Amino acid sequence: MFETGLLFFVFFFPLVAAALVYLAGHKQAKYVAATAAVIEFIASVMLKKCIAASHAGVIEFTHSWIDKPNISFALSVDGLSFILVVLTTFLVPLIVISTFRKEIDNAKGFYALILLMQFALIGVFIAADAFLFYIFWELALIPIYFIALLWGEGRDREFRNRAIFKFFLYTLGGSLFMLLGFIWLYQKAGSFNIHALYNLQLNAAEQVWVFLAIFVAFAVKIPIVPFHTWQPETYKEAPTAGTMLLAGIMLKMGLYGLLRWLLPIVPHGVMVCTPYVIVLAVIGVVYGSVIAIRQNDLKKLLAYSSLAHVGLIAAGIFTLTREGLEGSVVQMVSHGINVIALFFAAEIIFQRTGTFEIAKLGGIRNVAPKFSTCFMIVVLAAVGLPLTNSFIGEFLLLFGIYEYNTVLSIIAGTTIILGAVYMFRMYQNVALGETNSLTSTFEDLNWSEMAVFVPVIVAIFVIGVYPGPILHMVQPALDNILNYVWR
Amino acid sequence: MKTLVYTSSLGLLCMLAEMFNLRKIVLPLSIAGLCVIFGLNMMDWDINNGNHPFYHGMVVVNNYSVVFSGLLILLAIFVLILSGNFYKNEQSKISDYLALIIFTLCGALALVSFGNMVMFFLGIEVLSISLYVLAGSKKKDLRSHEAGMKYFLMGSFASGILLFGITLVYGEAGTFDLQLIAKNYSAMAPSILFKVGVGMIMIALLFKVSAAPFHFWAPDVYDGSPTLVTITMATIAKIAAFAAFYRLFSMCFITSMPAYSGVFAAVTALTMIVGNFTALNQDSFKRMLAFSGISHAGYLMIAIMSLSGGTQNAVFYYSLAYGLSTIAAFTVAMVVANNAGTDKIEAFNGLGKRKPMLAGALTLAMLSLAGIPPFAGFFAKYYIFSEAIKNGHLGIVILAVINSIVAIYYYFKVIFAMYTKESDAVVFEIKPSYLFVVTVCVILVLLIGILPNAFAGLL
Repeated sequence: MFETGLLFFVFFFPLVAAALVYLAGHKQAKYVAATAAVIEFIASVMLKKCIAASHAGVIEFTHSWIDKPNISFALSVDGLSFILVVLTTFLVPLIVISTFRKEIDNAKGFYALILLMQFALIGVFIAADAFLFYIFWELALIPIYFIALLWGEGRDREFRNRAIFKFFLYTLGGSLFMLLGFIWLYQKAGSFNIHALYNLQLNAAEQVWVFLAIFVAFAVKIPIVPFHTWQPETYKEAPTAGTMLLAGIMLKMGLYGLLRWLLPIVPHGVMVCTPYVIVLAVIGVVYGSVIAIRQNDLKKLLAYSSLAHVGLIAAGIFTLTREGLEGSVVQMVSHGINVIALFFAAEIIFQRTGTFEIAKLGGIRNVAPKFSTCFMIVVLAAVGLPLTNSFIGEFLLLFGIYEYNTVLSIIAGTTIILGAVYMFRMYQNVALGETNSLTSTFEDLNWSEMAVFVPVIVAIFVIGVYPGPILHMVQPALDNILNYVWR
Repeated sequence: MKTLVYTSSLGLLCMLAEMFNLRKIVLPLSIAGLCVIFGLNMMDWDINNGNHPFYHGMVVVNNYSVVFSGLLILLAIFVLILSGNFYKNEQSKISDYLALIIFTLCGALALVSFGNMVMFFLGIEVLSISLYVLAGSKKKDLRSHEAGMKYFLMGSFASGILLFGITLVYGEAGTFDLQLIAKNYSAMAPSILFKVGVGMIMIALLFKVSAAPFHFWAPDVYDGSPTLVTITMATIAKIAAFAAFYRLFSMCFITSMPAYSGVFAAVTALTMIVGNFTALNQDSFKRMLAFSGISHAGYLMIAIMSLSGGTQNAVFYYSLAYGLSTIAAFTVAMVVANNAGTDKIEAFNGLGKRKPMLAGALTLAMLSLAGIPPFAGFFAKYYIFSEAIKNGHLGIVILAVINSIVAIYYYFKVIFAMYTKESDAVVFEIKPSYLFVVTVCVILVLLIGILPNAFAGLL
């Protein structure tokens, strides 16, 4: 009973909190939002005990919702869902706190939308009914669309509108095909429930078609080259908090979707398409890295580096090896944490100097040592230095790809070198060198900014040194998925 | 049956009110009357668990007719509530207008409950003639005249074709009664004359639901008519015509449907494509909604392509979602256009700041029309698509999905205008009656979307 109650609390509390934030008014909104997000984090961590206590390591709840078609309100939290839920609830308070120094007009709307987004994201990660999953998948799009559109930072309004709209159209277009795929599966299985879909026997041709329909939705969201064209512009135009939500959590929806809703349902389709998808993902890795080297805009550089990182995760997932899958989960968590800190550092630089242009910056280390140290640690984590979180993830992923194909693993491995190139070059230009007129008045971190960096840095090292708990947590879930894949 | 009788009486009563100088109370009276009729209509639910014929099968009351009557009466109540303010400056004519709206409803009710070709034709005519007059009712506006005239000419032409078709069917079948026709033709293959007759009836109905290529009247008529009349056409008339279309073909022309399936699929595809792609370039909100209405007709025609047990639920749910969202959208448009003096999309600029509630309501209505979950419009599309896939029309569903993506573009044009564009227009007051209708519609759209169970399994 307690576990269901807690599950419901974790699930619905962000929605309630969104309403509270909206009622709290503009002045109090950010404090209410931050408090609610912290409460949510604590509650979600408590789920771990319930999962450990439950049999088979899964908390499930099912209630009929719509009889015709047969759609149930089914939630289930296993290790994999738990990790992603905790990632969400860990990052959302940081995102909220990261905006504390900023003047935000219509603040209550802004923070309410962030919490609404959290509600939808958690819904995506714990839905155990394909239809419910789809609804939350789409619901997550609405708040981020408005956040990006209304609070966006791009100078040119028309350009921003077009960029955000492109993002909306791409993701919605992709997911409509996913809906078609799900409807097709429903016609075969008579239910949207995840267990029914897992045990479905489809013939080979059907599997390939269903794979393509559902894959498009995930590929746009992740994004995998060539579905990525919305990404750099949207990251650039959205407010940084929105970019954090997008890069930190939202693209994990796509990766999670691959693991939960694609691999086990159409394993044969996956086998047929894997060679192509892995190649695409590896192309994305190299492409993202190469373009990132040439970027002068801080936010765009991070956007392209993010493209490279998620490409590697996607490639790891499609190796269908245990290491690849484990690596993908660890790297999802690491990438989420690191990318948020990186975008936050970019935001801090922008707030103080008024520019994202790398060439105009320099010498921040001389005036703001605390900031530069934090930034350095995050950069090191992003390039995957040993003892940091990305190292574990990238190592497992590359190992998985190596098991699949040696040549591909070598090509994908260049990401570490290229990543080091663009990241260190960026850090060098921003923090080292001569202090110029723009950076000479650079203020060091204040308490609310420290409150974001400290948990991130702690997480970077904890996961980097001791990733055991995460791996232990997701193992049963991944085994289950692999069993269905190789059935 | 009693629904139809009472509604007609109410219409007559409105005209009498004019004579006895009761103009002041005629509006509350007719709204109250419709509410009572709504209740009485619902009492017919599940009587005898099946078809219940009246007057030698002229009218057949069954659950299908009851739910659609309920929906149409509800929409008419909304229209009447709006009309109080809309006709504020034309008090001397108000009872005429109200009577015409109620007669439109009578036609619509006949269209969802007919059991005989004659009643079907009467329904179409009562509905259309009231609308011809209403379309031209803004006497000093040339465009309103144009709309009335155009609608009348094209509509009467369609009625002629319809009558011709009915005659051919009668000549073959020897009866107007739908159940008898169905019985005679269920076993044997229909003759060529019968097929031609069905084809002509189909053409007339496609005209009435404004399907491409019979849609050319719709944008001009929607645009030129007074907005309240446009609302009536876009919701009551269109839903009634569709309900009639479905009822007619599912009751007695199922066997002749295969002969037309190719043509019908082509028309459906064309309707969706023409509606959506023409809507992209519109800068008048009313015209845009007119074209979007055409594309919605296309989605509903997918349901008629796949006539089978579950489809009527899909048709009803779609009508419900479409009707409520459209009324909400048009009402906001009416308020905005009245204040800006234009119904261009620029009139919506900055509405998000000036009137956040109104803008929020319009956003929800647009999201629902675009079919984004969890609003009613999403489930509506879902039901239609899944019925079609079940009946093997995968190709047309893929086309419909592509069209839904295109549609987002123009629905979001309005949302863009409201939230991202600046405007120096003044803040204005909204009449409580408008606010009431918008709020109720939007809440219903949300509720129906979250709890589709209650409405999707009715039939």
